[in-house]
Amino acid sequence: MQTDMLPANGGAPAGFGMPADANQVEASPETCQFISFTLGKDEYAIDIMAVREIKGWTHTTPLPNQSPHVLGVLNLRGAIVPILDLRSRFGQGLTETTPMHVVIIVNVGERTFGILVDAVSDILTVEPKEIKPVPENDKTGSEAYLNGIINADHGMVVVLSLKELFN
Amino acid sequence: MAKRALTVDDSKTMRDMVAFTLKGAGFDVLEAEDGVHALSVLKGQTVDVVITDINMPNMDGVSLVKELRAKPEFKSTPILILTTEGGDDKKASGRAAGATGWIVKPFAPDKLLSVVNKVCP
Amino acid sequence: MSSDGSSGSEFDRFRVTFFEECNEILADLEVHLTQLQSEALDVEGLNAVFRAAHSIKAGAGAFGFTRLVTFTHSFEALLDKLRDGVLEQTPQISDILIRGGDNLAELVAAAQEERELPEDFAAATLADIQDILQEGEVATDASPEASVTDAAPDTATGSGSATWQVVVTPGQDLFKNATEPLLLIRELAGLGELSTECNAGNLPSLRRMDPELSYLSWTFTLVSDCTKADIEEVFEFVDDTCLIEITQSSQAANPDAQSPAPDTQPAATPEPATAEPVATPQTVAAAKPTGPGAATSQSKPPQASSIRVDLNRIDRLVNTVGELVITQAMLSEEMAELAEHTGRQHIAGQEQLAALTRELQECVMAIRMQPVKSVFARMPRLVRDLSGKLGKKINLRMAGEHTEVDKTIIEELADPLTHMIRNSIDHGMEMPADRVAAGKSEEGTIDLSAAHVGGNIVISVMDDGAGINRERVLGKAIEKGIVAPDAHLSEHEIDELIFAPGFSTADSVTDISGRGVGMDVVRRNIMGIGGRIQVTSTPGRGTRFNLLIPLTLAVLDGMIVAVGDQRYILPITSIVESFRPEREQLRFLDDRTQVVSIRGEFIRIVKLCDLFNINKAVRDPASGLVVLVEVAGGGKVGITVDELIGQQQIVIKSLNDNFDPVEGISGATILGNGKVALILDIEQLAAMRASNGGRHFAGELGVLPGGAIVAAE
Repeated sequence: MQTDMLPANGGAPAGFGMPADANQVEASPETCQFISFTLGKDEYAIDIMAVREIKGWTHTTPLPNQSPHVLGVLNLRGAIVPILDLRSRFGQGLTETTPMHVVIIVNVGERTFGILVDAVSDILTVEPKEIKPVPENDKTGSEAYLNGIINADHGMVVVLSLKELFN
Repeated sequence: MAKRALTVDDSKTMRDMVAFTLKGAGFDVLEAEDGVHALSVLKGQTVDVVITDINMPNMDGVSLVKELRAKPEFKSTPILILTTEGGDDKKASGRAAGATGWIVKPFAPDKLLSVVNKVCP
Repeated sequence: MSSDGSSGSEFDRFRVTFFEECNEILADLEVHLTQLQSEALDVEGLNAVFRAAHSIKAGAGAFGFTRLVTFTHSFEALLDKLRDGVLEQTPQISDILIRGGDNLAELVAAAQEERELPEDFAAATLADIQDILQEGEVATDASPEASVTDAAPDTATGSGSATWQVVVTPGQDLFKNATEPLLLIRELAGLGELSTECNAGNLPSLRRMDPELSYLSWTFTLVSDCTKADIEEVFEFVDDTCLIEITQSSQAANPDAQSPAPDTQPAATPEPATAEPVATPQTVAAAKPTGPGAATSQSKPPQASSIRVDLNRIDRLVNTVGELVITQAMLSEEMAELAEHTGRQHIAGQEQLAALTRELQECVMAIRMQPVKSVFARMPRLVRDLSGKLGKKINLRMAGEHTEVDKTIIEELADPLTHMIRNSIDHGMEMPADRVAAGKSEEGTIDLSAAHVGGNIVISVMDDGAGINRERVLGKAIEKGIVAPDAHLSEHEIDELIFAPGFSTADSVTDISGRGVGMDVVRRNIMGIGGRIQVTSTPGRGTRFNLLIPLTLAVLDGMIVAVGDQRYILPITSIVESFRPEREQLRFLDDRTQVVSIRGEFIRIVKLCDLFNINKAVRDPASGLVVLVEVAGGGKVGITVDELIGQQQIVIKSLNDNFDPVEGISGATILGNGKVALILDIEQLAAMRASNGGRHFAGELGVLPGGAIVAAE
């Protein structure tokens, strides 16, 4: 497993407000770590182990005849990596990208791809019991990608399953 | 460009064997029946290696080597002579005439190739 | 089975030639020997008889006819003495020669008929020759066994590696025999680990130097488990012009009593070169007793040393170098923008970096290169088996087996080649009787060859069979609905029909090339590795298939094309031509199907901007460009683009590592500006059009006046 997930410094674009002592937080075997990010006013989190790197938005090469949330591919040190617009995936329209936007490169299964978000906000270290289940949704069952909710100091953070989200 | 070889021998069997072996190694192979024939084949063209028998009618191998070495365009062409076991005097006279090396008959294909590789860049 | 005549030699195929030639020689010999009954032979006659024995001996040796060799050897020795005038032609000798001639004829006949002769056959003649030769005494060539002594010290060095020091001091006339020292050094390096020190001390000033003389000498240090004889063999041909000192400076794990005495021995001393054919005792023990046909047992072919490397590591190396190439290209693009602000040194450095990068890339690619021999080697057996089964006589000739191509390509070549050869044997080659009736030799020939042409390898399969039966091919194609009954096809287009999907000409499905696999699969396989296949045929004379295949799958010669604000790559091998059509050349068949007419051919237009929904692209082909490309299924389509940006060698990247396949795209690459460009998949593009409502296209096109289109489906 790759452990160089986060650039120690410099690599983080504006808006990445990682607490200075984040790395000092001793993760006990029971705790899980998440990266949280924002999309408009909403905050989401993904498993930190899946994150390979975080970079600012750059131009992508569009792939023909794909769903709107597939923004295209970019060159990540020689690998061709598709970039997906999370906002569009949630049915909230395409993100109007600016250089301030952030792409989180993740490894899911064998594949590497990037998700476009507004900004990265935090690293959350929580115990499993702090992750509350998502309330039963009315029969649609389509929200399998919602893994739970964490009640953080500043509000609710929804934990996403990337595997389900971009299956 | 495929490399080109000339095999000179009055025996068709020998020519065929040399040609077969060299073609298998990617050579284009020209053939001549004796020294005089070889000189006429080589008129106006060069080859990457010449393999010649010694005992041939009209012009023998040693004379052919001398004739070729006297021509500027064949000064640095590798020339191999075919000798038989114990033909030391033949090897020496061949070398003296300017032959690069020799192949002892009968030869196996890989021996022929290894000798050709030894002299032919 | 006769004890004479070993089978299995690689030269077996020449036996027939050999015996034919023997019989000619014997007929000639008889003329001279008949003459001998009345008068002595003149020099010319003696030479002719000598050559006769000599030629038979050489051939007999190659085929392992030991008795024939033994006899001709003695016979030749006698003739040699007569030629040289050492012996005189006495009536006794004439008698031996005549008897010998008869013996020779009988020995040849026995070998040919694989018949055993009595133990003592020709013994009397041999004994007589022996007597005469000994009488004439001075068997100047000392018995060969004498030379064996020299090899004795080598025994010690047979095992374990040792450090040898080899000092080679050539005479000035080294080059007069066209000796190339580099090749000798290379051969020496093939024996083990070699370090070389060149002594240029004798080099005169440039003005006084004669370019045809040799001035250098070398000291080599070789770590190898070879024997001294192995090293001597490297310099076998030059030991008359070079002073060669071979010393064993240290030897691992073999404390041998003899070695302290440094057996320095200037090889210039007339060392009996006969050591070569007469195998030294220890090598005989090691080598398999293969008979006199294998004089090679002790020669190590000059093989470069090699290591085995995990393919994954090489792939990683290839990828990293690919990155380097891209990074270098990016840098150079950026530098070009800064050009006016930077000094010349930067530019020179940049150019050097570019050159080095290219060279490094070539080196890395070369690691994966292997000779096509591994695939070619399977073909002789295939030909033998099939021709035997079908009762056809076929001679397979191969050339260029050492041509190298990427390992992955080699793996993809086996099936298509096998199928093509099968096809040639099954469909191309006639039965022996038919060939004779057609005025050809009974035995057909298939030529299989490989050669490098530019950045590609060309493999051709050529037979001298009946050629493509165009009438039958066309009939079959019409019957199968591949072309319309009234279509007018050129001869070449008919030939190309054999690649059409689902086409198979065999009247009955044979057990040879039937099985439902047709040449369409061959074409698809070849195009799958970025190659092309062409066929040319002359009725009655034969058929030739040419495969043009890239040397590697890791890089591709691409044409960068612009469509709107997008850049795509078209494989150069697929491109036939590009042109800007006049309006009159274009025609809509329905609201979505447009064709362009070029030289009487109607080509379907594939509008990339529509297929890929690209904005801001040129929509009218007459304002943009049409790139005519060949489709694997046969036929052509015209892809519309805005403009051609340029040709470039590109590194192929997979898109599917991280994403699902995208229709119309075969992969991606990274351009000099760091951006990704997609590589177009021509076959899929052509098929995409078909699925968009052009299903009946093929049938309709066939009836277009003068139109000859094979739709790609």
